[in-house]
Amino acid sequence: MPTATILSKIEESFPEAILDITEFAGGHIFHVKGRDILMVLTELKADGFNFLADLTAIDNLTLGGFERFAVSYHLLSHKTAERLTVKAYIPEEKPSLPSVESLWKTADWQEREVFDLYGIKFEGHPNLIRIMNPDDFEGYPLRKDYPRLGRKERGDFPVIDRPIQKKKRPE
Amino acid sequence: MTRVSELPLETDKMVLNFGPQHPATHGTLRIIMELEGETVTKATPEIGYLHSGFEKLGEDLDFNQYITITDRMNYLSPLCNNVAYALAAEKLIGIEVSQRTEYIRVLMCELSRIADHLLNVGMLAVDLGAMTAFLYGFKLREDIYDLFEIATGTRLTTSYTLVGGLMRDIPDGYERTVLKVLDEVDKVTNDIETLLNKNRIWQNRTKNIGIISKDDAISYGISGPMARASGIEWDIRVNEPYSRYNDFDFDVAIALNGDVFDRYLVRMEEVRQSIKICRQSLEKMPAGDVIVDPGLGYSLPPKDEVYNSIEGLIYHFEVTMPNRGMAPPVGEAYVPTESPNGELGFYIVSDGNRTPYRVRTRPPSLINYSIFSKLIEGHMLSDAPAIIGSINVIAGELDR
Repeated sequence: MPTATILSKIEESFPEAILDITEFAGGHIFHVKGRDILMVLTELKADGFNFLADLTAIDNLTLGGFERFAVSYHLLSHKTAERLTVKAYIPEEKPSLPSVESLWKTADWQEREVFDLYGIKFEGHPNLIRIMNPDDFEGYPLRKDYPRLGRKERGDFPVIDRPIQKKKRPE
Repeated sequence: MTRVSELPLETDKMVLNFGPQHPATHGTLRIIMELEGETVTKATPEIGYLHSGFEKLGEDLDFNQYITITDRMNYLSPLCNNVAYALAAEKLIGIEVSQRTEYIRVLMCELSRIADHLLNVGMLAVDLGAMTAFLYGFKLREDIYDLFEIATGTRLTTSYTLVGGLMRDIPDGYERTVLKVLDEVDKVTNDIETLLNKNRIWQNRTKNIGIISKDDAISYGISGPMARASGIEWDIRVNEPYSRYNDFDFDVAIALNGDVFDRYLVRMEEVRQSIKICRQSLEKMPAGDVIVDPGLGYSLPPKDEVYNSIEGLIYHFEVTMPNRGMAPPVGEAYVPTESPNGELGFYIVSDGNRTPYRVRTRPPSLINYSIFSKLIEGHMLSDAPAIIGSINVIAGELDR
C-alpha cells in the first residue's frame, strides 16, 4: 500500500488522534497526540511499516508546535522501501506517553535515551533508567532551557582520592 | 545409587565487571556479567562513559562547522559520517551537488568501508588469538589512511565534505595510487580468508555463537552487515540509493545463520564489493566542480580562492559571519545512509536560522549493541569478546 493510502486509512479510523499530516522534502510527517501513539503505531506496523529505524525527541520551546515536546518515530517498510515520520506531541506538565517497547525491542534503549536527555516518561517501559548520564544526575541536558555549558555539575562529580599524590605534596 | 561425579556441581553465582577499561572492548564500555561457573547467565551493559553531548553542540554550530564533530563519532570511518551529515543538510536546504562530488563521495565512503571492515575483522581475530590476520588488516588500513591523508590532509579527522560539495578536489594522479592500494586489498582479503575460513579454532570460536534470528534482527532494529548476516536483504545503497549508488554495479552480501562467523563472512564479501565500486567510481569519474556556486550563500568557496582573491574572501565572510550565511527553510529531514556498521542517519530540524534547531544522529553502534545482553546469555565468558567484536561497537558513536 502506498503511504498516502495508509495515512488516509488511519485518519479515517482514528480521527481524534491525528493532529495534522504534512509533507517536507519528499517525506510524509504524521502528527499525532501523544497518548494515542501506541494505537497508531500498532496500526502502522500491521500495515507494513515493520522497522523502527529511529526514535528521538524534539523540544519545541522556541520552535513552536502543537505541544512543548514531540517524540519522533522514523518508520521503514522493508517491503516497499518507504519511510514515514510520526511525531507524537506531549504537553510540558508531566510529559509522558505509552512505550512502544512491546512492538519493537529497539525502543528499549532509545526510549531510555529520550528519558535521560529530555525527561519524558514512557509508560509501560520495563527498565526506564538513565542511560548516558550518571544515575544521580539532575536535569535533562537536551531541553532548550538547559544551558550548553551545564549547571556546574562537572565540578560536583565524585573524584577518587589518590593518597600517593597527597603524600608527595608538601604542606 | 548415584555416583558423586553424576551429581550437578553447585557453584555460587559470581558477578564479573567487564570494562570500562578492558583490552577486548576497544572503547569504554562496561558490562556487568553474572556468571555461573564460566557460563554467563545475565549481562547488563552500561554505557555513557564517552557521552560528550554532540547533539547539544550541534544546536550551537552551523551546518559546515558541525561536520568536524561528525568525524569524532565513528572514528573508524569518519568520511561516511561526513557524507551522511552533508546529505542530510543538503536535503533540508534543497541543494543538488555535482556529479563529480557524488562520485568522489562514493569512492571515499567505500574506501572507509574497506578500512573499517578490515580493522573490525582484524580486531575480532586478535581478540580470539589470531594475530596474523590482524596485522595483515592493520597494515592495509594504514595504506588506506594514507590515501585519506593525500585527499583530505588528515588521517582521522577528515572533515572532507561541506554542505554543497567537498572541501577540495582529489589531486592529479590519485587514481593510480588508489588502484595500487586496491590491488593490495584484493590480495590481503584472500590472504585473511585463507588464514581464517577453514581454520578449526576460528570456526569453533565463531560458529553458532551469538545467533540473531531474522525476527529478532528486525525487532531490535539491527541494520548493516549484522542484519544481512541474519538473512535480511536490505542495503540502503541498493534499496534507497543516495549519491548515485544506482550507477554502480555491485552485489549485496547475505548470509543466513546470523552467527559471528556469518557476520565475518558478510564483512569480507562487502570488502570485495567495495573494491568493485571504487574501481567503477574511478573509471567513470566525471569532470566538473566539487562545490556548488558559493555565490548562492550556501557553500564555502575553495581555500585557494579565499586566500588569493578578494571575491573568495568576501564570499567566505558572507557564509561564515554570524548574521549572514545560509538560511534553510523551516522543516526537518532524515537521511539514512549505509555506513560500515549499519544505518547511519542524520535527522536535522531547522527553524530557519543558520544553526540547526536539533541534530540527531541515528547511531548504528548503539542500536546494534542493544541486543548484546540477549546474545551473550547462556554462552561462555570467552565468547563475550567474539560477540562484541562482531557487533563492532564504536564508543564515540555509541555515546556521542
